[in-house]
Amino acid sequence: MNNELITWLIPLPPLIAFGLIVLFTNRSNRLSHSLAIIGAGLSWLLSMVVFFFAISANGVKEKALISNVNWLPTGDSWLKIGVQVDALTAIMLFFVAWTVLMIFIYSVGYHNFGQPKGEHDLPGKQPHGAFVTGTDGKEKHVLSIEPMYARFFAFISLFAFAMFVLVVSNNLLTLYIGWEIMGLCSYLLIGFWYAKPSAKAAAQKAFLTTRIGDVFMLLGLASLYTLTGSLQYEVIFSEQWLHFLTSHTSPVFGMSWAALIGILIFIGTVGKSSQFPLHVWLPDAMEGPTPVSAMIHAATMVSAGVYLVIRFFPILSAGYEAGGPLTTPMMAMAVIGSFTALFSATIAVAQRDVKRVLAYSTISQLGFMVAALGVGAYVAAAFHLVTHAFFKALLFLGSGSIIHGMEHGVLHTGEHVDPQDMFNMGGLWKKMPITFITFLAGGLALSGFPLITAGFWSKDEILSGAFNGGFIVVFVVLAIAALLTAFYTMRQISLVFFGKPRTMAAAHAHETKWTMTLPLSVLAFFSITAGWVGIPEAFPGLGGILPNWFDSFVGSMLHAEGHETVHHSSVPLITSLAVALGGLLLGYLVYKNIKDTQTDPMEWSLGGIYKVLANKYYIDEFYQWAFIKPAKWLSETFVYRWMDLFVIDGFFHGIAKLGLGLGNIFRQWFDLPVINRGGDAIASGTRRLGADLKIFQSGRVQDYMLLSLAFAVVGAVVFFVILF
Amino acid sequence: MGFPILSVMIFVPFIAGLVILFGTRQKPELSKQVALAASIIVLLMTFALWASYSLDQAGYQFIEYIPWLPDLGIAYHLGVDGLGIAMLVLTGLVVFTGVMVSWNINNRPHEFFAYLMFLATSVLGVFSSQDLFLLFFFLELAVFPKYLMIVIWGSPQTRKYGGMKLTLFLFIGSVIALVGALAIYFAAPERTFNLILLEQAGFSPDVQRLWFPFLFLGFAILGGIFPFHSWAPDGHVAAPTAISMLLAGVEMKVGVFAALRVAIMLLPQGAQYWANWILVLATINVIYGAFIAMIQKDFKYVIGFSSVSHMGLVLIGFASLNADGLMGAGLQMFSHGIMTALFFSIVGMVYDRTHTREIASLGGMVKVMPWAAVGFIIGGLVSMGMPGFSGFVAELPIYLGVWRVAPLVAIISALSIVITAAYILLTVRRVFFGELPENLDPNMPGISIKDKISIGLLSLFMIVIGIFPGLMVPLIESSVNHILTLLGGA
Repeated sequence: MNNELITWLIPLPPLIAFGLIVLFTNRSNRLSHSLAIIGAGLSWLLSMVVFFFAISANGVKEKALISNVNWLPTGDSWLKIGVQVDALTAIMLFFVAWTVLMIFIYSVGYHNFGQPKGEHDLPGKQPHGAFVTGTDGKEKHVLSIEPMYARFFAFISLFAFAMFVLVVSNNLLTLYIGWEIMGLCSYLLIGFWYAKPSAKAAAQKAFLTTRIGDVFMLLGLASLYTLTGSLQYEVIFSEQWLHFLTSHTSPVFGMSWAALIGILIFIGTVGKSSQFPLHVWLPDAMEGPTPVSAMIHAATMVSAGVYLVIRFFPILSAGYEAGGPLTTPMMAMAVIGSFTALFSATIAVAQRDVKRVLAYSTISQLGFMVAALGVGAYVAAAFHLVTHAFFKALLFLGSGSIIHGMEHGVLHTGEHVDPQDMFNMGGLWKKMPITFITFLAGGLALSGFPLITAGFWSKDEILSGAFNGGFIVVFVVLAIAALLTAFYTMRQISLVFFGKPRTMAAAHAHETKWTMTLPLSVLAFFSITAGWVGIPEAFPGLGGILPNWFDSFVGSMLHAEGHETVHHSSVPLITSLAVALGGLLLGYLVYKNIKDTQTDPMEWSLGGIYKVLANKYYIDEFYQWAFIKPAKWLSETFVYRWMDLFVIDGFFHGIAKLGLGLGNIFRQWFDLPVINRGGDAIASGTRRLGADLKIFQSGRVQDYMLLSLAFAVVGAVVFFVILF
Repeated sequence: MGFPILSVMIFVPFIAGLVILFGTRQKPELSKQVALAASIIVLLMTFALWASYSLDQAGYQFIEYIPWLPDLGIAYHLGVDGLGIAMLVLTGLVVFTGVMVSWNINNRPHEFFAYLMFLATSVLGVFSSQDLFLLFFFLELAVFPKYLMIVIWGSPQTRKYGGMKLTLFLFIGSVIALVGALAIYFAAPERTFNLILLEQAGFSPDVQRLWFPFLFLGFAILGGIFPFHSWAPDGHVAAPTAISMLLAGVEMKVGVFAALRVAIMLLPQGAQYWANWILVLATINVIYGAFIAMIQKDFKYVIGFSSVSHMGLVLIGFASLNADGLMGAGLQMFSHGIMTALFFSIVGMVYDRTHTREIASLGGMVKVMPWAAVGFIIGGLVSMGMPGFSGFVAELPIYLGVWRVAPLVAIISALSIVITAAYILLTVRRVFFGELPENLDPNMPGISIKDKISIGLLSLFMIVIGIFPGLMVPLIESSVNHILTLLGGA
């Protein structure tokens, strides 16, 4: 098989698995998860083949692998779709394939395969647990299997398919298709427990919020297509078209077309990658099962958004030279990215739910990537995307494992506590050692723990990109965000694992099965090592021992244009070290030994601010007030009640009334007094005629129809005879 | 002239209707079977037409020409082009599924099915007419059965109002169009109603500008153009299920099809002159319909207003007057027809079992009728323009086309994507998910095999066209190319 064909095949296995599960195997849990995992495994295998081809000596560094077919005929040409493998695709494939496969395996354990069915479990509800009689004859309350187990694997297979489509696409159209299917899957999966009102609401919120971004992206797509007549990367990113797009002015604010399209595309990313102000859906997306959170936060959805802007960097940065002024879209990215990074890091500090902390950290880390791209640190953004995918998938799956262990404890003790509230945990490191070690690896990577973790290298590169580019404000904002990141991560680790168990449930928590701990271990491995492929050459001591492979490989995408770090300063390095270690230390000191399940020590130190943070700056409430209520008012009161029912229908009803009124006037003032009196004479004649006509009035609709048809024909003939 | 396939297709339902009305009065089952047989024959014939239409030749095919009133230039003149074929297939599908889901009608069934058949004849006739007089003839043929079906079998609360409103509006529309038709008849160099000849008549720009609004608006009222849309939701809601399907699925297409076939193609310069006005009205349609759909409390009204919104996109596609826009409009006519027929059939199924259309008193229907839920979700995805479904391949070209001529219209109308997603998701969530309300019987009968076939067939078309648009695109493209020549040659 040649590599082109293999690339075409990558997305297909999960799609086939989806189809087979939905159509045939949905009654068998074992077959369904086997199909899903085989599907993901095949995609993983094919991705690895393509990846290793891509990085080989005669790989894709010089020339990308591209293959096209015709899909939608448009006028005289075809809208082509195809696949493409270049350095960016290759690294995307690498982490997507790994994380997806690990999430699939993990889901088997997470959804309690092999456990009994719960007596009260219903589709659409989280399993409540089952009672079994143990070997000792005692009845025990244990975890029960997910009632819609097969359906879950069908949905995540479709999700994986969409992500692979997006990654291997060589054009904006199929990328958009993958993008939208993912939106749909996120809707289905966030709302997987659809009988739970909060899950239904969250699913809808996620879908609609990202849809707002999608509309702008679609407009970007439309304008790109109408200008260039193509949506293929090789065409739209060619020198000739980039030049055309930068040198022609669009009708909007005098921006160049490149800037306008760049902004539109970036708004798509703002929605999908959950940047301010469209970030509100992502924390609520926690309502879905935890593997879905990992899928959305690491492997697929949000990565897709950042991938889009990385892919479209040639257009976003068209006209930009290193050291020169930023283009409008880059400026927007730098501002929104760094603001989001700091803003959501502050919210994460005050969350109690173990998954919500991670959700806000995702938003914050995505902000880092977007900001990096905004200041032109292309490779750093891509690098952080990869490392983040690994450690965030790990952290989510780890949190799922923690919650699982806690649920076990809750069922065992019968204590009614929230298994997701970190203040109900504590001391879990003894109970769940593998989860602890791996979670620690992920947490340290997220905090950017120096030298050994992947997160350090990628985050350091972003900071140094911002600093060396001369964007001091961005640098400072990101550095503060990084400090907060280290702080809240250590707060989380300390609350969950250190100290003494604060509830009975936590004391009876239990390590999870191998299907869950194995994926954790694999991801932990990458969370550490993935950084070693991108150690800067100039790094004191370590630089140059391992070649900076990542930089030269992904950097090849830019064709040497504006990509070289000229001067090196030790400021960013010292800053990364200081914020990471400082934040970790602070977090440990404050939270290492909490006893109280109710009050967060920060609550009294921050006072009112804590409340604002815990309530996410009241942005949801603001949107409700500023957009949703007015939209409802507009539709209900203005458009429907006033315009449609009052003005338009009122007008037509008025005409009808006018007609009736006229008829009445004719009757009262003309017909009755004038005609009738004169007509009295012939009235008797009419009466006779009426009696004769009675035979036509049989009261049967068919006869009326026949009669009307006859009249219509006669009438038509008479009409034309008169006319001509 | 070979086998008169179009005539046979048009009059098979008519004859079936007469047979039902006069022959099988006392045997309701037999009446239904006759109707079903006729609808299957029609469906298969439309497929045969689809398969045998020659794309290389393009243009109008399967021509039948019999002089009728030669002195007046009136002839029994049939023929279809690619778009016409797509519309015939659509009609075949909707009539067939309409008969299938009406199987449980027990109030005067023979009359119901007879009128349904007459309606089918009327619609098939309009799509096949190449004579303007004949087109009006077929168009008016529908008035009676439509009105009767709404007032006899419609929803008791609103059928009188809805039926009357719909009939009056459609009547006014066709009268306005008739005025325009007569005007161009007299302006033409020779006295003819032959549409193919009239295309080449070369009307002077003044004539085109003056009479285009009459023809276009008159027909577009049938397609629900703002501000003459209000008959559509009221009429659709008042009508019985099969008629709602036909009205929204096919009759609205009849309106825009005629607006395209007569107004735009005969008076291309008029179309260019008035295009901006159409864009304005159509954009209002799109946004306005979507907003109103969002706050409806009646399940069926949601779909009724969504049709107003989606038909606006067809008109936007027309008014962009370029290849992409027209192509998208053609696909959207087909896609929306199937989709809305599916929606109304499902609304009917839910209503038959719960006897309510109030969204607030529904819920959890997925447990009772999973097929209906899945069908509605598929329809919803089409409605939202989700890739992989026919709605996407229809709407994308429309946005591409209109972006070229009026980016502002593209931006405003694209916002409807979000609103559409909102009302579809809200409806899905409230009607199909959540808890089944207490007053509803959880053991209510599920849906029948006939309902499942209908849902499956309509869904299948939306998915297949969505994944392989190449099946339908060349058909519509051949018409679009012809229209573009007329526009360019003007």
